[in-house]
Amino acid sequence: QVEQVKLLDRFSTSNKSLTGTLYLTATHLLFIDSNQRETWILHHHIAAVEKLPLTTSGCPLVIQCKNFRIVHFVVPRERDCHDIYNSLLQLSRTAKYEELYAFSYNPKQNESEQVKGWQLIDLAEEYKRMGVPNAYWQLSDANRDYKICETYPRELYVPRTASKPIIVGSSKFRSKGRFPVLSYYHKNKEAAICRCSQPLSGFSARCLEDEHMLQAISKANPSNRYMYVMDTRPKLNAMANRAAGKGYENEDNYSNIRFQFVGIENIHVMRSSLQKLLEVSGTRGLSVNDFLSGLESSGWLRHVKAVLDAAVFLAKAIAVESASVLVHCSDGWDRTSQVCSLGALLLDSYYRTIKGFMVLIEKDWISFGHKFSDRCCQLDGDPKEISPVFTQFLESVWNLTEQFPQAFEYNEAFLLQIHEHVHSCQFGNFLGNCQKEREELKLKEKTYSLWPFLLAEQKKYQNPLYNPDFSPELTLLEPNTVSFNFKFWRNMYHQFDRSMHPRQSMFNLIMSTSEQNKQLEEDIKELEAKIKQRNGQSDVVLAKEQEQTAHPAPVALKTPPCFQKEQPAMPVNDAVRTIEGSNTADNRYSELVSEFSKAEPAVVSLEYGVARMTC
Amino acid sequence: MEFAELIKTPRADNVVLHRPFHPAVEGTLCLTGHHLIFSSRRQDNAEELWLLHSNIDSIEKRFVGSLGTIVIKCKDLRIIQLDIPGMEECLNIASSIEALSTLDSVTLMYPFFYRPMFEVLEDGWSSFLLEQEFELLSSVTNEWRLSCVNKEFSVCPSYPAVVVVPKCVDDEALRKVALFRHGGRFPVLSYYHKKNGMAMMRSSQPLTGTNGRRCKEDEKLINATLRSGRRGFVIDTRPLNVAQQARAKGGGFEQEVHYPQWRRIHKCIERFNILQESFIKLVEACNDQSHNMDRWLSKLEASNWLTHIKELLTAACLAAQCIDREGASVLVHGSEGTDSTLQVTSLAQIILDPRCRTIRGFEALVVREWLQAGHPFQQRCAQSAYSNSKQKWEAPVFLLFLECVWQIHRQFPCSFEFNEHFLILLFEHAYASQFGTFLGNNENERAKLKLPQKTMSLWSWVNRPEELSRFQNPLYEANSLVIWPSVAPQSLQLWEGVFLRWNRPSRFLEEAEQERINIIKYNKELQAKVNTLRRRLAEMEMESESDEE
Repeated sequence: QVEQVKLLDRFSTSNKSLTGTLYLTATHLLFIDSNQRETWILHHHIAAVEKLPLTTSGCPLVIQCKNFRIVHFVVPRERDCHDIYNSLLQLSRTAKYEELYAFSYNPKQNESEQVKGWQLIDLAEEYKRMGVPNAYWQLSDANRDYKICETYPRELYVPRTASKPIIVGSSKFRSKGRFPVLSYYHKNKEAAICRCSQPLSGFSARCLEDEHMLQAISKANPSNRYMYVMDTRPKLNAMANRAAGKGYENEDNYSNIRFQFVGIENIHVMRSSLQKLLEVSGTRGLSVNDFLSGLESSGWLRHVKAVLDAAVFLAKAIAVESASVLVHCSDGWDRTSQVCSLGALLLDSYYRTIKGFMVLIEKDWISFGHKFSDRCCQLDGDPKEISPVFTQFLESVWNLTEQFPQAFEYNEAFLLQIHEHVHSCQFGNFLGNCQKEREELKLKEKTYSLWPFLLAEQKKYQNPLYNPDFSPELTLLEPNTVSFNFKFWRNMYHQFDRSMHPRQSMFNLIMSTSEQNKQLEEDIKELEAKIKQRNGQSDVVLAKEQEQTAHPAPVALKTPPCFQKEQPAMPVNDAVRTIEGSNTADNRYSELVSEFSKAEPAVVSLEYGVARMTC
Repeated sequence: MEFAELIKTPRADNVVLHRPFHPAVEGTLCLTGHHLIFSSRRQDNAEELWLLHSNIDSIEKRFVGSLGTIVIKCKDLRIIQLDIPGMEECLNIASSIEALSTLDSVTLMYPFFYRPMFEVLEDGWSSFLLEQEFELLSSVTNEWRLSCVNKEFSVCPSYPAVVVVPKCVDDEALRKVALFRHGGRFPVLSYYHKKNGMAMMRSSQPLTGTNGRRCKEDEKLINATLRSGRRGFVIDTRPLNVAQQARAKGGGFEQEVHYPQWRRIHKCIERFNILQESFIKLVEACNDQSHNMDRWLSKLEASNWLTHIKELLTAACLAAQCIDREGASVLVHGSEGTDSTLQVTSLAQIILDPRCRTIRGFEALVVREWLQAGHPFQQRCAQSAYSNSKQKWEAPVFLLFLECVWQIHRQFPCSFEFNEHFLILLFEHAYASQFGTFLGNNENERAKLKLPQKTMSLWSWVNRPEELSRFQNPLYEANSLVIWPSVAPQSLQLWEGVFLRWNRPSRFLEEAEQERINIIKYNKELQAKVNTLRRRLAEMEMESESDEE
């Protein structure tokens, strides 16, 4: 505990600050300011801690979080600051999974609730919903003991004609053994999205089993003879991989494939792209042109567009051409997960529901081995493995919700909350890098699943504009991917910078109104029932009341109890309409006057003017 | 002049109309004196397009064999294409459109011919008289008076006949001050902040010249708005060096020695060709669907449009801050005081005055701070973003103001009685209209043109209940606070409703908007119903109890 700590406004140029007390707990850092407002920061959310050079007011400490919160403290004594710094470094860097918050988090559920929570999302059920197994696709037990591929789940769906030797052979020809398997089956078009890793083709190697495997996939689609193979990497990268004995499919060796590069950059490019974006958006006194040129040079929106363009290509191949598509990148767990899951989201409205989105994440991200632990740096590890691949996926989904405001059951808050928990390590779902690792950690016994908690507070995540009839089942969502449709996601990257957001949230108002409408409908039913009852029973009631001689005095004459209730509906609206930041101090132009006066000494500063005026 | 002389081919059949995101339609094209009319022949889905000639910004023609194609670019930024069979017909039509869309004489414009098909409930020409405004003002303060010194428009040709000035300054002094200010635009009251009695005035630059001329009456006039011992702020919309350069041409700024109680703040609000070029670049960027992300962002940046938005909003916030937070009076001016000055004073009022956020209040603001204050609409809005001719008077000054209002609206979506469509409507009508409201450059010209007698006012139409309902914001709840918008680049957005309006399918966004309205409407219905039921139940309870007695 350290007192008299100042929390600086990140964007203020005049060192505006709140003074309060800083506490360190086993799991959180807590700051309580003089207005008793609390700021909680989970240790696992801390991405970086930095001690800046000593200033006259104390020792500055900057904490960057994985949810893009940045807090800037000034600690009066350097020794305290040093202590906090060291503690935070230790606390935010965990060496073992067992030390993560999820293993100590106790939400007061009993064991059966815990088990039920983990059973909420059942992928076998999901494949059944898609329509597999069927005449063409079957469940393979080849990987039941993780013998063929450690990073795949136990249960995999493959074409019926793909025999075990073909599977084994194909897996040996694929990076990390990630051979082609079913990711999504479109039952109307009988076409499939399959996923895998790159082939170990080098410059000339081929593998008959792998060729058979692809043929089996294309034959499993009775409506189309050819299939697409999408390599989500830029062509140059894929070619460079050939020198390392990896590479891409040679169209001459595989019959009936149409090969396509879609040019999504790798995890390292994405990491530095987001880094640049955050540097730009975190600049104080940013000009519009610096913002736009920073946005451009970071390349972030270009990457988001590339991901979505790839998904559109995939979805169209299935919906328009009824062609099956095999998607891969290098290892098939980053870009492949993005493209497969977004493609399915465009094709199948189920994934646009709250439950369906959970299923989608469980299927294409968690079970197929997106390396959440490495990518989100859950344990102290290789910083080169960190990459915002999943964040980018969420951002692509957000872009779709902006274009199709009525197509999604969930809202932005849902996406943000998932992002929060991917990094929080509070629930077991995203721990580890693959299913095998999760089983070894016994996550289902030792930790809790996030999904039941999100479902329990579903109301917060519902989109009030959602129209289930917006797109009938299995009709394609066709987003417009012209560049101007992609916007900077302020609510993600400035989630905690209050002064940048609209002061009145139209969204919250619609949310609460829609919520209130449901309540009012209930009220009406209740009132109508009462009136009906009164009409029907008025005689009986009268008789009864007359019997009761000790009836209390008729207070109702003064203020009928029902009228008391007739307040302007519910107070909820007032809260929503409250205007935040109706204070110039919350905005940066409030400092313009003084800034200006610095630039031009001929003019006395406003602050000076005020001082004179008040004297 | 007869319009018929300009129309060599009044009608062409088998014309095909192309619009982005709509299937091509075949139909008949007719030209009248003021309209281009296209009507499709299809039985199932008859469609008509009426386009005012004055809405046409530029026209291009090209031929493939005998099939001519005309591309029409409108001032509201829409682009349509007409395929006209027959070279002669096409040439005739193109030249007629060209001639009819560039008529010189104001009196030939459509508003002088337009006969309204609706019943006028209230004449918009007299809806917003300065005298009425002043009545409201005099109920809270007696420090101001109405002056008719400009009755004949002789003191200041771009001012209205009546202005509000400090009570202690007589007309004789005003005449002298007018000689000291560019174009005779002496300081007048723009806004009175009831909360603390501070005033915002506007004028043009003082004519100090290089030798530092002064004018005692001018000093006295603006000092009259100060409380004793307190300071005021002069917000000069030009950067200091530009203001200094202006002295060489006879202009200048208030020097400290002569205005010791005033602090001067220079801002940089661009005007004229810089704005116009910015507008043209932005529209170009938005119209090219083929741009990759980098190119789009760099084009958006190169247009500088959002920078202008940020600068303007910042200046307006500064003015509002001086008044509301510092408790100081403010004088705003640039050079002529007809463009950036009005942007700043009107936006500051949006921020400060809840009345300006109502429909009527906003209309009054546009009338007071733009039309009566002498913003030269006819010059500024003669051409929009597609014109090739380089005339130096065009500039999207009013559009920039509307967009800033939209930006504030987005940040305070419940604080405005009107919706985005209302702002777009004003943009459209400022550039091309059947109403006379935006004709002429100032009140003097409007009086000479006898607009109130000869044309219909936009307000007469807009303020009819059935029209108004389209422009109402269902989320509106009166909010008496000062609203401070964020001017961070991350908080500003491109005004898609104007710049992307014709460039993308908008069906889903419109449906979502309708759904929002439905939710609010339904809420009101439910509340009314609940209240009725409760009342009935209460009455029943009362009855039963009185029966009991």
